[in-house]
Amino acid sequence: MRRGCAGRRMMAEPIRIHYTVTGDDFTQAGTASADLKSRLRTMGFPADVIRKVTISLYEGEINLVIHAGGGEIEVTVSGDRIKLVLSDSGPGIEDIELAKREGWSSAPDEIRSLGFGAGMGIPNMIKYSDSFDIQSTPGVGTVVTMEINC
Amino acid sequence: MNTDELAAKCGFRKLTEAPPKEIEGAFAGDLLSWAMSRVSRGDAWFTVMGNLNAVAVAALSDCACIVLCHGSALSQDALERAVREEIVILATEEPVYNAALASGIVNR
Repeated sequence: MRRGCAGRRMMAEPIRIHYTVTGDDFTQAGTASADLKSRLRTMGFPADVIRKVTISLYEGEINLVIHAGGGEIEVTVSGDRIKLVLSDSGPGIEDIELAKREGWSSAPDEIRSLGFGAGMGIPNMIKYSDSFDIQSTPGVGTVVTMEINC
Repeated sequence: MNTDELAAKCGFRKLTEAPPKEIEGAFAGDLLSWAMSRVSRGDAWFTVMGNLNAVAVAALSDCACIVLCHGSALSQDALERAVREEIVILATEEPVYNAALASGIVNR
C-alpha cells in the first residue's frame, strides 16, 4: 500500500456519491469536481490521487455540459480506488477513435471563445485515469467509466 | 515570493483581497484543458481568460494566483466566485509574455 492512502484504512464500505450535471450551464461546470476534491481531501487521499480524479472528472463534467445537455455522475470511493461513471442521453459520438485524438474537437466557436474546445478533454481523461472506457451510441447517449487507483 | 510581493514587484493590480499565497512556479496559456492538466499547485497562471471557468480551473488546480494579462476583463460572476473561494487574481495591461517575463519566476 502506498504511503498516505489513508482512505483505505478508514473505509469499511465503499462510499457512493451522485451528482447531476445541468446541460449548457457553464456557471455550474466544475461544481461536482470541486465537491469531490474537497471530500477526498477530508477522507485523507493523497494529493496526486486527488489531482488525477479532479482533472478526469472536470473534463467529463465539461463534456456533459458542452455536448450532452447534462448527465449523471456516479462516484464510488473505495480504499484503493475511485471509480467515476458519467452517463448522458446526449447525441452520442459517431467516431470514438477520432474523439480520443488530441486536438480534435467538435465544440462550436462560442464554446471555444470560453477557453474550451482544445481537443484535450478525452485525451486528458485517458492520461489521468488508470483505466478508461467509453461506450457511445449515436442518438442514445454516452457512458464514460474511469478508475483512479491509489 | 508570494502573490503580494509579485503584485508589488511588477505593478499588478489586485482584483481580490484574498490572503497572499506562496508562488512556486508559473504557467502561461489560455486553453482551459491545457491549464487544467498543466498548472501545478502554487503556480502563478498568466492568462487572458477572466471567466467563471478560469476561476474554476484555478480553484481545482490550487494555483497561487491568476495573472489576468492584456487588460483582459474579469467577469462579475468570476469575481464573485474568486472572492468566495479566496482565489488571488492580479491584473495587468501587459501582454502575457511580458508579464510572465517581468515576474522573474523560474520553473523548477
